[in-house]
Amino acid sequence: MLVLSRKKDESIMIGDQIEIKILAVEGEQIKLGIVAPKTVKVHRSEVFEAIQAQNKEALASSSNFLEQLKKK
Amino acid sequence: MKIATKFLGEVDIAEQDILTFEQGLLGLEEEKEFVLLPIDADLPLALLQSVLHMEIGFVVAYPFAFKKDYSFDISEEDREQLQIEKEEDVLPYSIVTMKETFQDSTINLLAPVILNMAKKRGKQIVLQDNKAFPLRYPMQPLEGSVK
Repeated sequence: MLVLSRKKDESIMIGDQIEIKILAVEGEQIKLGIVAPKTVKVHRSEVFEAIQAQNKEALASSSNFLEQLKKK
Repeated sequence: MKIATKFLGEVDIAEQDILTFEQGLLGLEEEKEFVLLPIDADLPLALLQSVLHMEIGFVVAYPFAFKKDYSFDISEEDREQLQIEKEEDVLPYSIVTMKETFQDSTINLLAPVILNMAKKRGKQIVLQDNKAFPLRYPMQPLEGSVK
């Protein structure tokens, strides 16, 4: 992992099209500005983790559901 | 060929029915071959079943039957991976998390499964965070859309 120190209003470039700028540092929270082409998807990593967990939960769900549907 | 399914017993499928998920599903990256099986003609639901593993089967819902104003963008990259040429080839489904009752069950509007039925490809895509289309959307059918 590459580790860099940056101050407020400084930025880094990833490749030549993606810029990540430090907009504000407030205690534990850091506000980032991300400039990237539309084709690059930017997500919080928790989103991916939540979706993975949801997929697992969906797999574990009970099978009597379909029976209930048919009864409706 | 016959495959064992999670909820529908043994089902006969044709080789050309197999949908390829190059990247699997999120959290199930190794699972690359699925089939879409009808559950009940009266319901906007289907079973997305792994060809290889019986226990990997998702109940999926046609999202527009539950959220009329649902919408999503498919990125250029996803479009290429799914080999989408025409909009008509795109069939979206939402994974259902089944609870004891239908009322408590939810559908995943944040990460729909996009199928290209013409090219037999599928991918679970992640939409930009959006309060209207959450990870757990209550599965209340719209009036008149479900029998």
